[in-house]
Amino acid sequence: MSENMFRWEADGDGIVTLTMDDPTASANTMSAKWGEDFAETLKRLEAEKDSITGVVLTSAKKTFFAGGNLDDLVKYTKADAQKVFDQSQEIKGLLRRLETLGKPVVSAINGAALGGGLEIALATHHRIALDAKGSKIGLPEVTLGLLPGGGGVVRVVRLLGLADGLMNVLLQGQQRAPKAALEAGLVHEVVDTPDELISRAKQWVKDNPGAVQPWDEKGYKIPGGTPSTPKFAANLPAFPANLRKQLKNAPMPAPYLIMDAAVEGSQVDIDNAAKIESRYFAELACGQVSTNMTRAFFFDLQAINKGASRPDGYEKHSARKVVVLGAGMMGAGIAYSCAMAGLEVVLKDVALANAEKGKDYSKKILDKAVSRGKSTQEKADEVLARITPTEKPEDAAGADLVIEAVFESPDLKKKVFNEILPHLAPDAVLGSNTSTLPITDLATGVDRPEDFVGLHFFSPVDKMPLLEIIKGEKTSDATLAKAIDIALQIKKTPIVVSDSRGFFTSRVIGTFINEAVAMLGEGAAPSSIEQAGSQAGYPAPPLQLMDELTLTLPQHIREETRKGVEAAGGTWVGHPSDAIVDRMVELGRKGRSSGAGFYEYDESGKRTRLWPGLSEEFGAAQGDLPFEDMQERMLFAEALETVKCFDEGVLHTIADANIGSIMGIGYPAWTGGVAQYIDGYPGGLPGFVERARILAKAYGDRFQPPASLVEKAEKGQSLRGE
Amino acid sequence: MTEAYIYDALRTPRGRGKATGSLHATKPVSLVVGLIDELRKRNPSLDQDRIEDVVLGCVSPIGDQGGDIAKTAAIAAGLPDHVGGVQLNRFCASGLEAVNQAGQRVRSGFEDLIVAGGVESMSRVPMASDGGAWAMDPETNFKTSFVPQGIGADLIATLEGFSREDVDAYALESQTRAAKSWADGAFERSIVPVVDRNGLVVLDHDEHVRETTLEGLSGLKPSFAGIGEMGGFDAVALQKYHWVEAINHVHHPGNSSGIVDGAALVLLGTEEAGKQNGLTPRARIVATAVSGADPTIMLTGPTPACEKVLAKAGMTVDDIDLLEINEAFAAVPMKLMKDLGFPHERTNVAGGAIALGHPLGATGAMLVGTMVDELERRDLRRAIVTLCIGGGMGVATIIERV
Repeated sequence: MSENMFRWEADGDGIVTLTMDDPTASANTMSAKWGEDFAETLKRLEAEKDSITGVVLTSAKKTFFAGGNLDDLVKYTKADAQKVFDQSQEIKGLLRRLETLGKPVVSAINGAALGGGLEIALATHHRIALDAKGSKIGLPEVTLGLLPGGGGVVRVVRLLGLADGLMNVLLQGQQRAPKAALEAGLVHEVVDTPDELISRAKQWVKDNPGAVQPWDEKGYKIPGGTPSTPKFAANLPAFPANLRKQLKNAPMPAPYLIMDAAVEGSQVDIDNAAKIESRYFAELACGQVSTNMTRAFFFDLQAINKGASRPDGYEKHSARKVVVLGAGMMGAGIAYSCAMAGLEVVLKDVALANAEKGKDYSKKILDKAVSRGKSTQEKADEVLARITPTEKPEDAAGADLVIEAVFESPDLKKKVFNEILPHLAPDAVLGSNTSTLPITDLATGVDRPEDFVGLHFFSPVDKMPLLEIIKGEKTSDATLAKAIDIALQIKKTPIVVSDSRGFFTSRVIGTFINEAVAMLGEGAAPSSIEQAGSQAGYPAPPLQLMDELTLTLPQHIREETRKGVEAAGGTWVGHPSDAIVDRMVELGRKGRSSGAGFYEYDESGKRTRLWPGLSEEFGAAQGDLPFEDMQERMLFAEALETVKCFDEGVLHTIADANIGSIMGIGYPAWTGGVAQYIDGYPGGLPGFVERARILAKAYGDRFQPPASLVEKAEKGQSLRGE
Repeated sequence: MTEAYIYDALRTPRGRGKATGSLHATKPVSLVVGLIDELRKRNPSLDQDRIEDVVLGCVSPIGDQGGDIAKTAAIAAGLPDHVGGVQLNRFCASGLEAVNQAGQRVRSGFEDLIVAGGVESMSRVPMASDGGAWAMDPETNFKTSFVPQGIGADLIATLEGFSREDVDAYALESQTRAAKSWADGAFERSIVPVVDRNGLVVLDHDEHVRETTLEGLSGLKPSFAGIGEMGGFDAVALQKYHWVEAINHVHHPGNSSGIVDGAALVLLGTEEAGKQNGLTPRARIVATAVSGADPTIMLTGPTPACEKVLAKAGMTVDDIDLLEINEAFAAVPMKLMKDLGFPHERTNVAGGAIALGHPLGATGAMLVGTMVDELERRDLRRAIVTLCIGGGMGVATIIERV
C-alpha cells in the first residue's frame, strides 16, 4: 500500500495537522486513493481521539483541493447510477464522521477550494482561507451540468439558508476570491500569510474545544426558513418559475435538480438530506448533459488553452506593440483587450477624432470597473496610457502586430495594410479581423502573405472570449504559432480554422438564422420561432438576433457567396429564407439599426414587440409546425454545416468546433458544442443521422446527412472518434 | 332507476374574507352547525336518524377546518352518532363535488339520504395555507409548469381576445345582477342568517356586493402583472403557449371572484326517503361529469366538463335553460359562453362570485341552491352548474326541476 496522502503531524498541544498531498498528481482530487486514505485517517483519529486536542486540515499543493475526478465523471452512463450513488453516499459518510468526531476540526485553506474542496471544508467546524493570489472558493459543479454531491448542497443550505445558498452559491456556481468568500459566508476568516494560516487554525482549535457544526446544535433552524415556514413558503412557488424564466426552459437539468435537492433536503434531517442529494447527483452524473458540458468546458477548453492546435517547434511569442487599424466598435474593443494585457496600443483611424472616440470606449469600461470597485483609478490610468489614438501611420513605428478592423471591403483592407507596412517591425504579424472575407485573397494585398493571418474577434470584444484564427493558404506555421500565443496573451480562447467563406463561425451561425426565418414562411407564429430558439438554449432568439445583425448583412453575404459558387462553376442552391429576407429589406425593415425589422422599435431604439405585419406578409399563423422540430431544425442546421466544415478541411479539431460554437456564436451550452451535440444525440451519431433524414424528408434536402457522417454512423463511430 | 332528488338547499350569507369581515369571528364549524340546525328546523318531519352521511367540500382543510370538519360538525350539531361525515377536496368545485358524490351514492341505491355541501372561512384559513406539492415542491412545480390561476385567467383573456373593457363590462353586469337579486328577494329561500350563541344576527346578507361603475373598475390595477413578471410565471406560461408573445393582464379584484367566508348544504335523497320524511323534491340530478384541460392555463376545464355532462345526459345546450358558471375570473364565464354558444342573458342570472364572492369549498353547493331557486322563480326546467378548478379540472352537473 502506498503512503497515506493525509500526512499526520501531531504537535505538543495534541493538535493533529493533516496535510493532503496526493503523490500521484499535481492537485488533490476525490480519487479512489483519497477515499481510502481519508477512511484510514478517520479511523486513526477516532481511535486516538482521547489524546487529540483537535485537527487542522490543509494541503501541500498549490491548491487546497481540486474537487471530483472528472475523468471518471464524464464517462458515467445510466448503468452506473448505483455506483455513483454509493460513492456519493460513502464520501458523505466520511465527511459526516469528520464533523462529528467530537474534536474541533479546522480547514486551513491554503489555495483554491472548488467543488469537492469546498465540500470537505464545509464538513469542518471552522474555515480559514489564505488570501493567495488566484485562489478561488466555490461550488462550480452546476457549470459542468452537475451538482455538489459531496454534501455541498446539504451543508450550504444549512449554513446560508435556501434562498441565499441557491442564489449566491449553488445555482450559478460562483467562484470567489477568499475575501469575497468571507463576505458570502463560506469561510470564517481570511489571513495574509501561510504561517498565520496554520497558527490561526491551531489557535481556533485551542479556543473551541467543544466545537460542533451549527446544524448539530440543539434547536438549530435553517436560516430563512423552509417550506414549513409560512413566510418562506409564500415565495417558494416562484423559485422554480424564476429559475425557468432565467434559463428560458433550456434543457439544463442541473440547476433545477440542485433546487430540488436543496428544498427537499431542508425538510428532513441531515442524513436523509444527504441521501436525497446523492440520488439527484447520480441522475446528473449519469446523464448526457453533464457529459456534454464537462467535455466542452473542462476537457475541450483545457486542450485549447494548452495550445492544442499550435504547431510544434516554435518559441513562445509575445507581442509588444500592436497597431489597431480602424477605431470603430470592433477596433476599439480590440484596443481595450490588448491594452488590458499590457500591450502598447496604437489605435489608428483616418481622423484623429475617430481614433480618440475609439479610445473613449476603453475609458468608459475602465471607469465603470473603478466605480464598481473592480479596479483602481491607478490601474485604469495605466491601461489607458497604453493606448495612443492617432491618424498617422508613422506612429506604428516598430510595431510587431497589426490587427486590421476596418469596413469589410477587400480593397480598403489592402489599402490600409500597405499604408502601415513600411512602419512595422520586419516580422510583424499581420492580422485581419474580417468575419467573412477570404484571408487568402486579402493576403495577396501584402508583400509577405506568410505573415498574414485572420484574427476574427467577436462583439463586444471585451466580453466575448473567443478568437477565431484563420489560416490563409500561405499563412506560415510560425505565424500561426505566434497568433495562438498572442490570443492567449490577450486572454482570448483561440480556435484555429482554415480559410473558407465565413470561416467556421459566421458560416455556421448563418444556417441557424436562415432556418428560423424559413419557418416564418411555413406558418410558424413569430413568437413560437423565438421561443423555439430560446428553449433550445440559444442565448438570443433568432429573429431578435437577425434584427441586431441587420438583414442586409446576410443578404450581402449570400450574394457574394452565390457569385463565388457560380464563378467556381458550381450550382447555387438557395434557401427558403431568402425570399423572406429580401421582402423585409424591400419593406425597409432591415433590422434594429433601421428602426424596424422583425420587431418594432420605439424612438429610443428599444425593442417593443414583434411586428404584427409578419403574419400578413408571410402567412405566419398559429404554429402547425411541431415545436420540437423547430428547435431541432436550428440545432441540426448548425451541426450539419459543421460536419461540412470538417469535410472541407475548414475545421481541424472537435474541441475547436465545440468551443468555437459555444463561445463565438451562442450554440447552446448544454449540448457541449456543435460537434458534441451530434455525439450526444439520443442514439449517438447514428441516432443523429436517422433524425437528420427524417428532418430532410419533412423540411428539405439541406438536412440530408453528409456522406462522411453516414459512413461513421454505419461503422458505429462517433464524430470525436471514440 | 333510482333518482337522486334535491329536497332542500341552504346557505349562509357570504362575509368579506378578512378580519374586518362580519364572519371572521365565527368559526367554520359554527357556520356548518348553524345550517344543520336550520335544515332540521325547516324540515320538521325530517327524521335525522335517516341521514347517513354528511359530505362537505373544504379546500384548505387545516387548522379550524382540519381533521374532517364534516364529522366534527355532525357531532357538534348533535346529529345521531351513526351519521358519518367526510370532507373532500376538489379545489374550487368541492361543494359541487360533494353534491355530485352524494347524488351518485343515492342514485346507485347504496344510500338513501345524504347531507352534502361545503364550508370555507377564507378569512381564518387563508387560501393556499395547506401547501401541497404542486406549488410548493420545486420538482413537481417545474414538471407541471405551475402558474397561479390569475396568470391562467389573463392568458385566457389574451388568447380569446377579451380586452380590459370586455372583462370589466362583464364584472359590472355581475354586480348589477347580484344587487337586483337581493332587491328582488331571489336568495330569500336559501339564505340563512348567521347568528351568534345568543341568537343575535351576525350577518344576514352577502357583504361583498358593492356599488360599482365602469369608471371605478377601469382604475383598478391588474393583480397578476407583478407576480407574472417578478415571480417568473408569465415566462413559464409563455414557454408553453409559445405562440403568444405576451400576456395581457386584465384581471383585478373588481373582475375576479371575491374572497369570502361561507357555508352551504344540500339535502339529497331517494324518492322513497323523501316520502317517508314528508319532503317534497325540488329538483333531480340528471347527470354529473368531471373533466379537465391543460393545468397551466388551468381554468378552461368547464368547457369539456359541460360537453361531457351534456353527452352523458343525451342532451345539447338547447335543452338547457340556465347556465351557472363560477365567476372565478371574468374571462372564465366569458370563454364558456363563447365555447358553448350560450347567451349571457341566461348565464349567471342572479349575479356571480365577482359580486357575491367565492368561499372555495362551499361555492359549488351554493350555486346548486341558486339554480334550484332560479328555475323555480323563472318557471324553467334545466340548468347546468359548473366551475373551473385548480389543476385544469372542470366539474359540471345538470339539474332538472321536478
